[in-house]
Order: sequence, then structure tokens, then C-alpha cells
Amino acid sequence: MLELFILGLLVAAAIWTVMTRSLLRSAIGLALASAILTIIMFRMDANLAAVFELSVCAGLIPVLFISVISLTHPWTFKEAIEIMKVRLARFWGLPLVVVILGTALGLVSLKFKPQLPVAQTPGPDVRFILWHLRQLDLLGQITIIFTGVFAVIILFRERK
Amino acid sequence: MAALLVLIPFLSVLILNLPFRDFNRRACFGAAAVLFLLQMGSVFVPDNSLWNADQWGIGAFFNFGFKADILSKVVLFCIGLVSLVTLFTCRHFFKEANRRFNFINLLLIAAAGMNAISLAQDIFSLYVFLEVTAVASFILIAFDRDILGLEGAFKYIVLSGVATVLMIAAIALLVFSAGSANFSAIHAGLLLKPNPLVINLALGLFITALLIKSGLMPFHGWLPDAYTAAPAPASVFLAGAVTKVAGIYTLIRILTSVPGFANASRDVLLFVGAFSAILAALAALTQSDFKRMLSYSSISQVGYIILGVGSGTALGLAGATLHIFNHAVFKSLLFINGAAVESQTGSRDIDKMSGLSRRMPWTGLTSILGSLSCAGIPPLAGFWSKLVIIIALWLAGYKVYAVIAILGSLLTLAYFLALQRKAFFGKLGDEFQQVKEAGVDLIFPALLLGGLIVGVGVLTPFVLDKFIKQF
Repeated sequence: MLELFILGLLVAAAIWTVMTRSLLRSAIGLALASAILTIIMFRMDANLAAVFELSVCAGLIPVLFISVISLTHPWTFKEAIEIMKVRLARFWGLPLVVVILGTALGLVSLKFKPQLPVAQTPGPDVRFILWHLRQLDLLGQITIIFTGVFAVIILFRERK
Repeated sequence: MAALLVLIPFLSVLILNLPFRDFNRRACFGAAAVLFLLQMGSVFVPDNSLWNADQWGIGAFFNFGFKADILSKVVLFCIGLVSLVTLFTCRHFFKEANRRFNFINLLLIAAAGMNAISLAQDIFSLYVFLEVTAVASFILIAFDRDILGLEGAFKYIVLSGVATVLMIAAIALLVFSAGSANFSAIHAGLLLKPNPLVINLALGLFITALLIKSGLMPFHGWLPDAYTAAPAPASVFLAGAVTKVAGIYTLIRILTSVPGFANASRDVLLFVGAFSAILAALAALTQSDFKRMLSYSSISQVGYIILGVGSGTALGLAGATLHIFNHAVFKSLLFINGAAVESQTGSRDIDKMSGLSRRMPWTGLTSILGSLSCAGIPPLAGFWSKLVIIIALWLAGYKVYAVIAILGSLLTLAYFLALQRKAFFGKLGDEFQQVKEAGVDLIFPALLLGGLIVGVGVLTPFVLDKFIKQF
């Protein structure tokens, strides 16, 4: 029951993130959704994933978003209301589709016994896994963040 | 050596952004050109031990687990070649040093990301570098910061986001089925404990995601807008390399390394390939915007590649790989021709053009080579790859699809003849009397690519012998 409640909170935070008329609130909603997801991950004993979710998705990414948003020109209240109306008219059915699809997928029996990969099994230390087994992914992650910062410089700062 | 193809471009970007930026701005073009030339040359290093195990230098310090087979090498060559010609195109279009510097940085990041994709042996690492390439591509499309570019980038972001969600779900299913993210371990794990429902679900999600990334019909919504709205050098790069690597190469790699070809996935690929080859060619026939026509032509040609893959035979895969190379060459060339025409006339509307070959002879000549190769006219390079794909389809028993492929080629010829007649042949329009040939930065890459089309076409027996035998 508690799991369902937390999942409900997650969906509510996600919908708020997408539907809110302020970019800043949207970024905060994203951080909130990530924080709730972190709780779910902790409860499912995925501690390592939860730490990453909290530090990167709930921490670093919203900070990056908010710093970019500070470089943009916000909508006026009237513009925001108009856009909100259009968005609601266009996407009102989307949460319904997601719930129906999710329920349908939940009813399908996949007879699936997940076999946990090495990062989740007792054995090598997390530091060993990150620095020795997943070096390439770390390089990729650093590059994505670097490219994101580069994008802000190219698309926003120079324009300002 | 394989790790260096990823590390050196990334380190170059870091070094270029350290102090002494004025010097770096001047040096970045030459440094990037040398890097791309070295990448193209490295493909011809025959010693496989150098490719598959980094035992010396900085490569040995990192444990990336890269491996390169013939498919990876062809793709690495294409990435180097297309990046090189994009570099020249960017020098023509971005005269301001700072903008050119920023563009080259993004080009290096995207190229390194694609190099990692073509060498990765791990499904999660492959996904991470698909995202690296996608993020760099979004910025390249929106680089001019005009409304159309931002719209094109936004569409790409949205559809790429959908593809990402599908892909990560598929990866989770495969990894938790096999207990590993390594290609060969997943393959072995799936053979050991087969669960057709989970495997088919994962494959379905993955194939759909990669069809979106490839821009195939009916998932093509983002592609014509992104290619058309992007600055000319970004269009060359996207059409020549990004969609081939992020979509097609990944699809071939996953299908051949992870589950092997199931009949169901072959049927889906054949249908989507034929559907795209014909409908996109019909859509190209109705376009009057030079770049938009080339965008639909790209979708149609990617359909051909998918037909080759869908045949499920070694011959089909060899044909698809050769067509990946040929498409990278002739589509980059045609986009450079389009860029030259736009740069010199200020328009992309081919209905308003006529007789440009009289004022732009090199652009006209190379565009004929590119068009005929794309349409599959012998003895140019495109003819051979299409022929191999059609023969593979016929031999595999997919005779209807082989006939569809021939029809698609006729449609390709039709829209390129229309393009040539309208833009380059006929009487020179009065408004184009003062038009001059584009500068050396556009003519040199056009001649290089045109030469490759003729060279590979003439030397096809050697190329086929060298490549097909390795499949």
C-alpha cells in the first residue's frame, strides 16, 4: 500500500513537472520526482542507484536546468495561461493512456526471473566496479555533462 | 589503438578549451583535420591485435573492452571521412573564429561519441554514447539559434527522448535476463535460459527505438525538419554519419551480436525498409526545397540498408555495410552541393533555379556523380551496393522485396533527374548571371567525395573481395 502511495506521488510530481506553466517550477518538480524515485530505489535495496539518482538527477541536473532558465526570458502571466490551456487541451488524455498501458503491461505474465548483474551482487567493491569495470560509462557521463555545459554557452550565454 | 580513437578527440576538446584560446582557435581546424585523417588511415592497419587489445600507452591504462570487426572499421572510416568534409564545409559557412571553434568542438565530441558506439562491446556503454552523440547533435542542429533550427532540434530531442525510454527498457530486460551487459555474455545467457516473450519484447522495444533514431518511416517526423533547418555543415554531418551510426550501425550490431536474426525481426525490418524506400522516394519527388528533397532521399536510402539487413544473410549484411559507406559518401556530397547552391544563390528552391552548371561547373559535375550513384547507375559505387542488396534479397527468397528495391531505385532516379533538370541544366536564369562557383572549402570536399564514388565504383571487384569475404 505504501509503495502504491509513493508511486502515486511520483506520478503526481511527474505530471506537475510537465504541466506547470513556469520553467523554474518544472525544474523543481523534476528534482522532486527524482527524490521520490530515490525513496523507491532505497526501499527496493538498490542503494547505489539511489545515491546516483539523488546526487545527479535530483541534485546536479536541476541545478543545471535552473542555471539555464536564469538565462532565458520568462513568459508573461497571460502568455503562460494561454500556453497552459493549449497544453491541457492537447495532452489531457496522456496520463490516461499511460495508466492503461501500465496496467496492461502489469497483467502480462513475462515469467521473468531477473538475474542481477555484477554491480548488484556481493563481490567487487563499488569503487572497483566504477573505476575498473565501467570506465567507459564514466567517460560518457562526464562527456554528456561537459557537452550540456557547452550547449548552455553556445545557445544561451553568447546570445545574452 | 581503439581506445585512442575515443580518448584523443575528447582530450583534444579539453585541451582546446584550456588557456591560450586565441592560439587554440587558430589551431583547432588543423588539429581536427589531422585527427580525422589519422582515424581514416587507422582503419587500414592490418594488425587485428592492435585493434582488439590496447596493450601500450594511454589505451592500456583504460579498460574499455573495445573490439573492431570489418563493420566497425567501415563505420569508423565513414565517421572520419564525413567529419573531415564537414570541417571544410564549416570553414566556408562560419567565417567568425569563435563560432567555427565552437562548431569544431561539438564535431569532435560527436565524432568521438560515434567512435565509441562503433567499438563498444557492452550494451549499456553503447547506450551512453548514443546519448553523447545525440546531445552534441541537438546543439549542432540549433547552432544558428534561429527559430527553425530550434524547432528542428526540439523535434529531434522529443523523438530521441522517446527512443531513449524504449531503449533503456529493452536494455534492462536484456541485462536482467542474461546477468551481464556484455554482448557475448548476453548472447550466451539468452541461449542458456531462453525466454522468448522477454527477448521478443526487448527486441521489439530496441528495434523501434533504433528505427526512430534512423528516421525511418513511420518514425521519420523529426528528420526532414532537423536536416533542413540545421546549418549546412551540420546537415552534412547528420546525413552522412550520425543517423547511420546512431541508428543503422547500432541496429546491425545489436541484431547480429545479441539475439541473432529471428524470423519475426527479419519480417519487421523488411517491411519497414521497403515502406521507407518507396514512400520516402515518393515524398522526395514532391519537394522543391533542395535540402528537404535530400532529407527524404536519406530516409529512402536508409530503407535500402534496412532491406539488406532484413535479408538476414551474410551477403545482405555485406551489401548493407557497403551501402552505409556509399550513402555516407554520396549523401554528404549532395548536401555539400546543396550548401554550395544555397551559399551562392541564396535560395534552396529548385523550382526557381535553372542552368546553374554554367556558373558552378564543379558543383554541377559532382552533383551528377552523387545523384547517379544514389540512383544506382553503373559503374558508380551506389550501383554495386544496391545490386548486392537486391541479389541478397532474391537469394534469401524475398523476391517481392527485391522487386520493390528495384522500383525504389527507379523512383530515386526520377527525383534526381528532376533535381538536375531544374537546378543545373537548361538555360541560365537572368537572376543567376552573376553567380560564381563556390569556394575551395566546398569544392575540395565535393571533388574528394566525387572521386571516391568513381574510384570505389571502378574498383568494386577489389572492394567486394576485401569486404564481403569478411562477413
